[in-house]
Amino acid sequence: MPESVDAWQLIAGGDATLFAIVRLSLAVSLSAVAIAVLVGLPLGALLALTRFPGRSAMIVVLNGFMGLPPVVVGLTVYLLLSRSGPLGEFGLLFTPAAMVIAQALLVLPIIAALARQTIEDLWSEYRDELTAMGVSPAGRVATLLWDSRFSLVTALLAGFGRAAAEVGTVMIVGGNIEGFTRTMTTTIALETSKGNLPLAMGLGIILIGIIIAINAAAWGLRLWSERRAG
Amino acid sequence: MMRATPSDLPLALDGVCLRIGSTTVLDRLDLTITPGAPTLVVGPNGSGKTTLLRLCMQLVRPTEGRMSWGGRADAGQGRRAILFQKPVMLRRSAAANVCYALAQIGYPRHLRAACTHELLDRVGLADLAARPARHLSGGEQQRVALARALARQPEILLLDEPTASLDPAATLHVEEIIRTAAQSGTKIVMASHDLGQVRRLAGDVVFMVRGRVCEQATAVDFFDRPSTPEAAAFIRGDLVL
Repeated sequence: MPESVDAWQLIAGGDATLFAIVRLSLAVSLSAVAIAVLVGLPLGALLALTRFPGRSAMIVVLNGFMGLPPVVVGLTVYLLLSRSGPLGEFGLLFTPAAMVIAQALLVLPIIAALARQTIEDLWSEYRDELTAMGVSPAGRVATLLWDSRFSLVTALLAGFGRAAAEVGTVMIVGGNIEGFTRTMTTTIALETSKGNLPLAMGLGIILIGIIIAINAAAWGLRLWSERRAG
Repeated sequence: MMRATPSDLPLALDGVCLRIGSTTVLDRLDLTITPGAPTLVVGPNGSGKTTLLRLCMQLVRPTEGRMSWGGRADAGQGRRAILFQKPVMLRRSAAANVCYALAQIGYPRHLRAACTHELLDRVGLADLAARPARHLSGGEQQRVALARALARQPEILLLDEPTASLDPAATLHVEEIIRTAAQSGTKIVMASHDLGQVRRLAGDVVFMVRGRVCEQATAVDFFDRPSTPEAAAFIRGDLVL
């Protein structure tokens, strides 16, 4: 396959266009995951530790939203951010910021739902001891988050994998504008349809490489810390 | 003491029942636990010993009857500590587990490390301080949990069969720690079904069968003059169902 040879040449040669695209993709997905973590972990902890009417329904919806179709999220954010939409005045549509918002919405349910499950399981184990030690509600949340940190890293990775690999939302709200909102996945889709297979293939190789590298790092971290903390 | 907390003693149960669904776990318990020598709660499996300890810790509330701690109906965050039969180790080192308990009672930060070391030394685990607590053996975890309970400087220390998973040497060691704590004024309330241990430690005995207090007496009276046939059978080593 001559395409794959050309793809490796693009990567090895440090092709500027290619790496600009990679940088933007990582910046968007990592920002989205960071926002989803900031909202999702407290939300997951809240759902795990409190009882209120409608809690079960909320958990079912949250679990269901882990499989949200990216294009639907994209469409929703598009409507919110478009000129005539409620948030249109900020002029965010077709910017990286819009892509971050859309991906954060996509990733949030994954992180919140997995965090909820993890924290609830740990709480059922810790409940008696923490209650007996008189730990305050805030202290409980802090203890549970800290002691389940290795499992939570897995939730975070699942979120990142989702964000980095999806094409639907960023295509709709980003617009795939060259040099501005073009990400790895949208480029692959576009270049494939144009017949520019080496670039598409090069990006595909890099995308898979990044995801495997990040997972390997997390796996190593987990092994290392489990040996230290139990 | 780190905080001026009102005393939890005497701890009184007045007609306390605990029902879960249609099962009666505890049935009309009248009991007063006063300062003094260790109170040993004795009885066969399923007689309600553990549940009684959990009530004293206010981890469960009675469905009927009244409880009071030092005359107060709500124990609040008193100076009580409990050692569960299967203690749960936090996912941290042994030392961090003990230090965590110290932090919860507001022990001064700069003194925690020294106190942690002293407590672990007391339970004979100073060498294992840095090890992940969950990688320790069952008996070692039991002793970390004992150090964690002692860290609270409890006025009442509730112990649920603390030596059930220990070998004789470790049992002797733990009994010595309990005796020392009792001598320094901690009220020990301990569940056990090891009669030898009861003889060694008890000041008085609460004998439970099927969720009821069958007999409450001083240890001497309980062993020499049991007043119920169930207690007499239990002391003889017959099976009490």
